[in-house]
Amino acid sequence: MCLGVPGRVVAIDGSVATVDFWGVRRPIRLDIVDEPVAPGDYVLNHVGFAIRRIPSEEIKETLELYDLLLKEAGAGDLMSADVRGEIDAAGGRETDRGT
Amino acid sequence: MAPDGLNGDVALQFRDPEQARALVDTLTGLTESIGRSPISVMHVCGSHEQAIARFGLRATFPKALDVIMGPGCPVCITDMPEVDEAVALARSGVRMATYGDMLKVPGTAMSLGDAQAEGAHVDVVYSVAQAVDLARETDEEVVFFATGFETTAVATAAVIQADPPPNFSVLSAHKYIPPVMEIVAEMPQTRVEGFLAAGHAATITGWGIFEPFVERHGIPVVVAGFEPLDILAGLVKLVELIQQGTPQVVNMFPRCVSKQGNLQAQRSLWQVFRPVGGHWRGIAHVPNGNLRLRDEWSQIDARRRFSIDVTSLWEYAPPSLSQQCICGDIMAGIASPDDCELFGRSCLPDSPVGACMVSSEGTCKIWYQYGGHPDLTEVKA
Repeated sequence: MCLGVPGRVVAIDGSVATVDFWGVRRPIRLDIVDEPVAPGDYVLNHVGFAIRRIPSEEIKETLELYDLLLKEAGAGDLMSADVRGEIDAAGGRETDRGT
Repeated sequence: MAPDGLNGDVALQFRDPEQARALVDTLTGLTESIGRSPISVMHVCGSHEQAIARFGLRATFPKALDVIMGPGCPVCITDMPEVDEAVALARSGVRMATYGDMLKVPGTAMSLGDAQAEGAHVDVVYSVAQAVDLARETDEEVVFFATGFETTAVATAAVIQADPPPNFSVLSAHKYIPPVMEIVAEMPQTRVEGFLAAGHAATITGWGIFEPFVERHGIPVVVAGFEPLDILAGLVKLVELIQQGTPQVVNMFPRCVSKQGNLQAQRSLWQVFRPVGGHWRGIAHVPNGNLRLRDEWSQIDARRRFSIDVTSLWEYAPPSLSQQCICGDIMAGIASPDDCELFGRSCLPDSPVGACMVSSEGTCKIWYQYGGHPDLTEVKA
């Protein structure tokens, strides 16, 4: 899952951010993100951890591939399945723990 | 492909068929001007192979250009003895947590899924953080079977440093990509002339890490993203460097990869892990290719906390089908799934014989899922 998944930071509580993924909000750990993050920022996430703050001028083109993968995915599309798995990776075991 | 800002329709930049065609024409011209066949280049990322198959890119590649997937699937290169350790722990009554793909990966005698079917307690998690939550909810010993490359290992490092509960430990099968590139570059059968490095793994390590590699081997490395045009542009640059005989590192994914990478994550990674040599399934012994916990974390290291007895699993003769599996040759770039007698016949996603058919990042599963013969897929870029 090299792909990761981008999302928008909605709120921050200590080292955990609430991140919005296409309308689904999930907690994401900020322990290893490369730059300080604030609400409104976009971050790239892998297995529930933010690994990069996406510079504002690069957000739109970063999101394009994921928009396509999530909207046009047919059954058996491995890339889409991986992206959905990345979204599920956030949020702990209780679903909808995000606010 | 540096971004021009948000003006204009950026989306079209990436899936514009005319741009794709122009890049393919350039790629073909460059390949022909070299005048040799085949010119082999390797990528080391399951997501690259997924994108190549999903968008039908392989059909656009010039005949003389062989774009092969190397050891880029972390599930696939997890070695049988490592799976055996997880199986032995699960059967000894410890509660195991791991990523979903690991359930079906064959060990010497059985997979974790087989152990689960026999009654062992195995939980599938999407994140190591979920495994820690699981440990907090129970008094049982919970062992996280940690697999994946540096991109995933940094998450494991982060939870280890964040004071996990005392009943939580880690069985690390994490792998580190840069050393295996050294091994594959020297395999005489493979003859790789250039590497396409994976965007997001380089997000962690930075592209500077490839400079000593290029100096040692005289083989160019291009860092590329995952859009169809990212991959085509990366290949054009790579073949251009091969044609000019000027090996260097070129970062074609600046919107995600910097020279130094994510220093915070690297710090965490090396505070928790140390590189040791180890065998990668189907590839070779890779010096410094495995990530093991440092001594200061020994209380969280499942290998030190439990005495893991795998010998009972070794009194078993592997089934004959798995002996015909050519997964190792496929990952070394020597063979493709089409060369395998089992592919699509006795080896299927629901009943995989080899690890390459298990993972969504395995070459065989990707080829099977996107039509079996991606070369014939209609061009959709």
